[in-house]
Amino acid sequence: MKLDQRPTETARVLSDKSTLLKLYREMLLIRRFEEKTAEMYQMAKIGGFCHLNIGEEATIVGTVSALRKEDYVYSNYREHGHAIAKGVDAKAIMAELFGKETGTSHGRGGSMHLFDHDRRFFGGYAIVGEALPLACGTGYAIRYQDKPEVVMSMFGDGATNIGAFHESLNVAKLWKLPVVFVIINNQYGMGTAVSRASAVTELWKKALAYDMTGERVDGMDVLAVRQVTDRLVAQARDQHEPSLLECVTYRYRGHSMSDPDTYRGKQEVTEWKERDSILKFGEYLKRERLASDRDLEAMDVEVMAEVDAAVKFADESPEPDPKDLFRDVYADEAAS
Amino acid sequence: MPILSIRDALNQALREEMQRDPNVFLLGEDIGLYDGSFKVTRGLMKEFGEKRVLDTPIAEEIIVGTAIGAAMAGLRPVAEMMTVNFIMVAMDQVVNAAAHIRYMFGGGIKVPIVIRTPGGGGHQLAAQHSHSHENWFAHVPGLKVVAPGTPADAKGMLKSAIRDDNPVMFVENEGTYAVKGEVPDGEHLVPLDKNEVKRPGDDVTICAHSRMLLVALDAAKDLEQLGISAEVVDMRALRPLDMAPVIESVRKTGHAITVEEGWRSFGVGAEIAARIYEEAFDDLDAPVARIAGAEVPTPYNKRLEKLAFPAKADVIVTARALLGKN
Repeated sequence: MKLDQRPTETARVLSDKSTLLKLYREMLLIRRFEEKTAEMYQMAKIGGFCHLNIGEEATIVGTVSALRKEDYVYSNYREHGHAIAKGVDAKAIMAELFGKETGTSHGRGGSMHLFDHDRRFFGGYAIVGEALPLACGTGYAIRYQDKPEVVMSMFGDGATNIGAFHESLNVAKLWKLPVVFVIINNQYGMGTAVSRASAVTELWKKALAYDMTGERVDGMDVLAVRQVTDRLVAQARDQHEPSLLECVTYRYRGHSMSDPDTYRGKQEVTEWKERDSILKFGEYLKRERLASDRDLEAMDVEVMAEVDAAVKFADESPEPDPKDLFRDVYADEAAS
Repeated sequence: MPILSIRDALNQALREEMQRDPNVFLLGEDIGLYDGSFKVTRGLMKEFGEKRVLDTPIAEEIIVGTAIGAAMAGLRPVAEMMTVNFIMVAMDQVVNAAAHIRYMFGGGIKVPIVIRTPGGGGHQLAAQHSHSHENWFAHVPGLKVVAPGTPADAKGMLKSAIRDDNPVMFVENEGTYAVKGEVPDGEHLVPLDKNEVKRPGDDVTICAHSRMLLVALDAAKDLEQLGISAEVVDMRALRPLDMAPVIESVRKTGHAITVEEGWRSFGVGAEIAARIYEEAFDDLDAPVARIAGAEVPTPYNKRLEKLAFPAKADVIVTARALLGKN
């Protein structure tokens, strides 16, 4: 673990009660949203592949909450929570999972391809490592236009073994791009453990080859994640210095809804659940007298109602019109 | 009208578009300080600086990916793939990203990039440096694909491609950079979706693009001497594929030949022939004849290599056979 002392600015923000409760609420919203998603998948309301963020909430909220509205996020196919954390409407996300016209991608993308231009959630991509070069391109555009924006590129441990990862880190450092690369190290690339796929198992060390800032943080501790991300985002924004942040976390469910989960021991899953980030952060809030049991329960009820409303919205939304099959293949309709 | 080579016509198009729109920038391997592997970008780094003429590492996936990500944030990148052979390394970015992003995100964003890349063989560069892949690109919805064969079209189509809001694969040919012709000064735009008759004729329709267009035009001259009037249609717009001038021509001639450098199977000629059968079957007096590259990895040996690519003689022999004049 390589963590500097908490900078003063961060300490101030993170001791602010409303900020802390907001972080907790977002984590809870992602958890409840994903639980409901699993339920809807089992009811066949959702088709295709479906990858859940359950277990990774502290990593997601700790990183994405450090961004401004005008900052960009590029993500992968396990991205429902990433979109929520970037402010994308839960209703539009659920509608997309349902394949409805009101979804973030008008039912053309589904679970793996959420998108929101206004929120600068620049997409879920389903080819491992594919979006890292795109994040670099957006970083280049930011420098080109001399804007004070930052790009966050989020991907799994498995992506650090692919060529695009290395090409991206290289140019990010070479061209001084404002990109924060976030490895969501949930220990498995599909069913293959990190130690069976990567020669280096402390993935942050891959930054060293590019003379780039590399950090490793406990991805189950939202405040630790937020603290280090704040610093890396500031470094990207102010000094155009990219960085690689490894968040060590765990997904409680299988790789996707169709994963029988036979490659890891039940004991291992149980041990990680005992370190559950929402549980631990809730205890912290109570210990610090920032929230009572009742407050947290009330918040949970509110969040569940929000998720239920998203399901209702998705369920009642219209399907895409068959006549629109060819819409948006090209930017000019005549070419479609 | 000024006479320019295709190389200089492309250079002029890039310069004019960069002067017109500050969001246009170039990126690629050795395009700046080195002036470009084929000198298409000569002098541009000196004129526009390193920010707008970006030399990249030899890393094709990052070149295309950077172009896409920059386009999504509002720029208009023109990426040079030094040769089309190297784009295999970046095909995920071309197909899964550039071509699909707009549709899979429900029309929420556009990806206005141009990928310029020369292909073709005939220079003793062997199997890995002699490909023609325009049919691979033209297979993909979401991409536009053009392959001009004359200096005027090279300039006019590149300018249109840079202004287009879609990903455009701009296929050049290593063997035609020095070909010269008249090129209009300044604002000269050629649409990306219009094919045209480059030489009128009555007996047979010859469809060809890029370097093979020049071969077809050359063959048509000789055919004239042999008493065959060939109409040559330039298939510079491959996707969307403009078949109108071909169909109109076939209705008149009743005979059609396709010529391409790439392999025959599943090739450009296959698509053109199928469309002719669908739209003008009753006008044909004979099956469509396809002339294409030999289906081998391109050999190095000069004599063997020559056998691997279509030449003027192939067009002449095929036309005569098709018209029963052998």
